[in-house]
Amino acid sequence: MVTRGFFSGRRPPSDTDARIPPGQYLEQGFPVLSAGPTPRLRTEDWSFTLKHGPKPIKKWNWAEFNALPQNKMTRDIHCVTAWTKFNTPWQGVLIDDILADAGIEPPTGFTLAHSFDGYSTNVPTKDLVTGKAMVALFYEGKPIAPDHGGPARLLVPHLYFWKSAKWVNGLQFTERDEPGFWELRGYHMYGDPWREQRYSSDS
Amino acid sequence: MSAEPQPQSPWQTATISRVEKRTPRVTSFWFQPSRPFTHLAGQHVDVRLTAPDGYQARRSYSIASAPEAGAAIELAIERLDDGEVSPFFHDVAEVGDEIELRGPLGGHFIWEVSDGGPILLVGGGSGVVPLMAMVRHRTLQRSAAPVALVFSARTWDEVIFRDELIGLDNRRDGFDLVLTLTREQARRPSDYSRRIDAHMMVQAMERLPKAPRLAYVCGSNAFVSAAAEAIIDAGVPAALIRTERYGV
Repeated sequence: MVTRGFFSGRRPPSDTDARIPPGQYLEQGFPVLSAGPTPRLRTEDWSFTLKHGPKPIKKWNWAEFNALPQNKMTRDIHCVTAWTKFNTPWQGVLIDDILADAGIEPPTGFTLAHSFDGYSTNVPTKDLVTGKAMVALFYEGKPIAPDHGGPARLLVPHLYFWKSAKWVNGLQFTERDEPGFWELRGYHMYGDPWREQRYSSDS
Repeated sequence: MSAEPQPQSPWQTATISRVEKRTPRVTSFWFQPSRPFTHLAGQHVDVRLTAPDGYQARRSYSIASAPEAGAAIELAIERLDDGEVSPFFHDVAEVGDEIELRGPLGGHFIWEVSDGGPILLVGGGSGVVPLMAMVRHRTLQRSAAPVALVFSARTWDEVIFRDELIGLDNRRDGFDLVLTLTREQARRPSDYSRRIDAHMMVQAMERLPKAPRLAYVCGSNAFVSAAAEAIIDAGVPAALIRTERYGV
């Protein structure tokens, strides 16, 4: 349905069309979204725990986690609130390297990411491994700002950005695909921006 | 022969039924959905505009009207000078226009009378919009839940819903309005003329009979960050604070 009188003032350049998923616009800034206040985290108190169901597999403190191999990843990111940001540069620890350090293969096909503020989000395990995702520690070469999830956030750039949990403190392998915070509140279980999987009623 | 049931598009057409200027930069638009829906106070809708060549722009807008207020929903839209969608509403849209709408959406930043009180609401600028839906819901339900609304605006003339809010404040029925103006002197003795801080939050909470069971903060990111810090410093546990942020 064409909207009377709408001709758009902010259409992205056509050479970028292929990089902007449907329904998204190009954002130059870096908006902040979160369900609650930014937690006050000190790296002295920080830890990251890998779990299978209720059972802890391995836990790292800040120094131990930072000693893991680090990789860089520059990606376009897509927020469900309709902004897309190009070329965001991150550095952190690939999920593959976390699993390798724990000495395990993924035990189940489903993962819940957990955060210090009680937030959680579900991501299929296959979407976290083989170089697809990391726990990011740096953005634009600097420690991640608290509002953007610092000191560490999950980065799953090929899914809507609510899957890239801020203030992440662990990954939990689950037997079933269990909805996280926003998935329990009407958002999509998978969240592929290219298929516009925004809300639970989207196929 | 049987027809396969077609999945219904989540988008629907809504007709603009009323337009009212609220402040120099904020105008309310009432949308009459073709498929009526029931929302919860604090929820939003997505709005989608389509250009003749098929290009689409979508944005989320909080609902200002109470769920009980009737079939048409009110969106109070602030003009953003470098925006793509809000200038369309301010400069082009008029009564009778059809707009695509999806919703209601959002399952966290919501308050129902059954959630009880006391409640602390803190809004900056157009961040008051979802809080207004909560205040109106409380009034229409004749709820006695104690509610304090701290509303930060630059000037007296930029206080969205000003007359309605002051009218509700004057009823002294457990709803308490605290205005704070950041670029002008306060006009009411109980109001402030500075940015929100922890001391102001402490004083706002003193107007409630006991500590809030939930706090809701909405506005720009900078506003929400500062206000949430102030509320935590005033003694409210972070887990009781819900936030909604917009802008960069």
